[in-house]
Amino acid sequence: MSIAHDIDGITARHPEIFARSLRKRLTGWLVGAGIVAYLVFAWWFFSIGAVLSGGNWGIAGSYLADWVSYEVRPDFDLKDNHLEISYPRFSPLGANPEPGWVSLKSQTVEIRSESKAVDTDGATSGAGFLGSLDDGGSQDDTDSFLGPVAGADSEAPPQTESETVASKREAVVEASVEVGAAGRVDILPDLVRVTRDGETIVLEIDRGTGVIAPADLPSWASQREPGAKVMAYFGFAGRAEIRDNKVKISRRFLGWENFFFDTRSPFWGRPGSEVASLLLFGPRLQPDISNAALAFDNFVNNSEWQHGDVWLKLLQTIVMAFAGTVLAVIVAFPLSFAAARNIYPSRIANFALKRLFDFLRCVDMLIWALFFTRAFGPGPLAGISAIFFTDTGTFGKLYSETLENIDDKQREGVRSVGASPVVVQRYGVLPQVLPVFLSQALYFWESNTRSATIIGAVGAGGIGLKLWEAMRTNSDWENVAYMVLLILMVVFVFDTISNMLRQRLMGRASGSAH
Amino acid sequence: MTTTTHRPVLSEAGQTVERHFRMLAGRKRLYTIGGILFMVLAMGGSLWFANESNAGKFFDRLPYLFDFVGQMVPRDGMEIWRAMFDLPSPYDDGSLKYNYPDGRIYFTQSLYMPEYFYKMLETINIALVATLIGFGLGFVLCFLAASNLMTRRWLRFFVRRFMEILRAFPEIVIAGFFLAIFSLGAVPAIIAVAVHTIGALGKMFFEVVENADLKAEEGLRAAGGNWVERVWFGVVPQVLPNFLSYGLLRLEINVRASTIIGAVGGGGIGETLRLSISQTHEAKTLAIILLLFCTIVAVDQFSAWLRRRLVGNQAFEFGRGA
Repeated sequence: MSIAHDIDGITARHPEIFARSLRKRLTGWLVGAGIVAYLVFAWWFFSIGAVLSGGNWGIAGSYLADWVSYEVRPDFDLKDNHLEISYPRFSPLGANPEPGWVSLKSQTVEIRSESKAVDTDGATSGAGFLGSLDDGGSQDDTDSFLGPVAGADSEAPPQTESETVASKREAVVEASVEVGAAGRVDILPDLVRVTRDGETIVLEIDRGTGVIAPADLPSWASQREPGAKVMAYFGFAGRAEIRDNKVKISRRFLGWENFFFDTRSPFWGRPGSEVASLLLFGPRLQPDISNAALAFDNFVNNSEWQHGDVWLKLLQTIVMAFAGTVLAVIVAFPLSFAAARNIYPSRIANFALKRLFDFLRCVDMLIWALFFTRAFGPGPLAGISAIFFTDTGTFGKLYSETLENIDDKQREGVRSVGASPVVVQRYGVLPQVLPVFLSQALYFWESNTRSATIIGAVGAGGIGLKLWEAMRTNSDWENVAYMVLLILMVVFVFDTISNMLRQRLMGRASGSAH
Repeated sequence: MTTTTHRPVLSEAGQTVERHFRMLAGRKRLYTIGGILFMVLAMGGSLWFANESNAGKFFDRLPYLFDFVGQMVPRDGMEIWRAMFDLPSPYDDGSLKYNYPDGRIYFTQSLYMPEYFYKMLETINIALVATLIGFGLGFVLCFLAASNLMTRRWLRFFVRRFMEILRAFPEIVIAGFFLAIFSLGAVPAIIAVAVHTIGALGKMFFEVVENADLKAEEGLRAAGGNWVERVWFGVVPQVLPNFLSYGLLRLEINVRASTIIGAVGGGGIGETLRLSISQTHEAKTLAIILLLFCTIVAVDQFSAWLRRRLVGNQAFEFGRGA
């Protein structure tokens, strides 16, 4: 073929391209091999394999799910012939939850008082020793120690103070909980039926002794050993834990619960339209304060989301970045003129200032932050100082480099008409460098907004510290998500503003280059 | 500027020009004054707010600042070196403050590495691994985000937004999340820094690719090369020096970032520094600061030298920060 012939010819004519030296051919492979070898070393050095396999992956999923969802956890205590239902004290459903996904069947049964405490948490005596005036059957668990009983009272009518004798009353004998679209748990005092995707397992409860499960549990249910508790998983929708004396259900819902009003607010649980009409025309819920003011107060002081505090902390972070950057510009601006070789002829001053800038810049922002946190106490002052010190160095360096690269003709021109040194700088230098200076300042303002979040976490205050505290509890991931969303919004807005201003200052081409 | 004493009489057209000039100058001055006034107000408000919401007020706390500086002076100058190289101290009273030799990491019976050097090495390695990971993934993503190579608009849009989110997502949250899964250690720090690096480098890379000369790529397209071949042989050789330059710049930034992440639980020198500062171990603190300072200067100098070799002075024009 002629093409093959041509190729041979071309190869022969350009040996330097087609037959490269061994070194050139090997360089790429060697670099690749070096990187791989280094990564293997790093794998060993940080024992990444062990860390990854030792990680608590099971919990990672539920932490991630917590970002955008919340759980409701009813407990069903199994008694002789009835059930008692309780919700955790700070349940997102409020004090008297009657959710639609739990359906109860009640009938009159004979209830023996449990002064013998068959149950692990039989708490009839709890109400007694506190002498509290609980209005309901107080077999509720731990809640009664902490305060008024919230929970199962709505189902049970007042019980007389008979300690030993059996009494007849209305009680829940069967409960069925819908967990998601395909999951269902039917609870009877001695039997639990768990259904998922049409597959049902029947668990017999030998109260106080064990849970008797069928031998072949499906993959979504598990039991460590015969008689132990049975866990049943329903994916995102939740899970059920069946013990020999109670059934604990975790039901997960998408969304941020009680985002606007917490359960103590009079606006809680009302649909948006109702809240709106209350705000506009409704009668005052509290006589001394208007509904709008009350709603605003309830919203800002929402105990779960702490909107007011989060916003204040976010403002602190923004202020840290802003004040730190502006102060750094104000200080670095005159110093950079003295540091620039072509502007200020003293070599000693140039050298000393440049080393000072290097020092400020290279002593990390972290060190400054830790240092000033010790000095000023946690709060935005430490953050401002840290950003100020680091960025004075950065701006000094950048500004003096810019000044050393200016076009000298303009300066010559102003000087040749006999202008004083200050006027020479003002009209010969400043017009050239000011857009660049401002552009750099804007760029760092925006990037400092991000840095301020991080140094906040080491103690400099602001949203960083708040984020860190929320993460440390490991249970407030939805609050973390909320704060992250706010930070992302702020960063995005500042990014846009700063880009817009920079483009106006420098013209499109250079404004968008970063 | 300066006024001339002699003012020639202007024609009507000249007066119009003069009037417009004055109007423009007046408006510009107004903007300047307005801008300065705004800045002064904003600064005043910010500083007042910062002072009000701080744990201690600025002027109340100022004496503590000087006290604290005073506390940071070691008992003698040699203490800093003893702390840095884990040599026994004459002041050793069994307390944590002077137990320098306890931190030695022994390789053999007598050969050891001082604790802070080891921690520093850990931090540098965190930064290096994170930069490598970020470089690799940013490299892959950037070609999908460049408008001159990727014709599918939706994919470009998606990749760009993805990188933006990675870049803006607070590192501290990623670190905190993985700290909750892996407990304390370097791996969460690596992940956090790497995630941010993917976004930051990806953005710089795709801007480089968009400014690349596409003649080579066109040649390959004419010869029937597929997309990967066109990118690999037509674009990559051209942009690689710039990529490496940005990667080195990122390495400088990541050394600092991994120190900070270390201070909140990611291990390395940052954590050690935070502990020693909070316990006022002056010699240890100064030794760490000195070591950190030298390392950062060395990394900066090395990367500047390498970048100058790779792309020349262009690497040092404005826009270097990231």
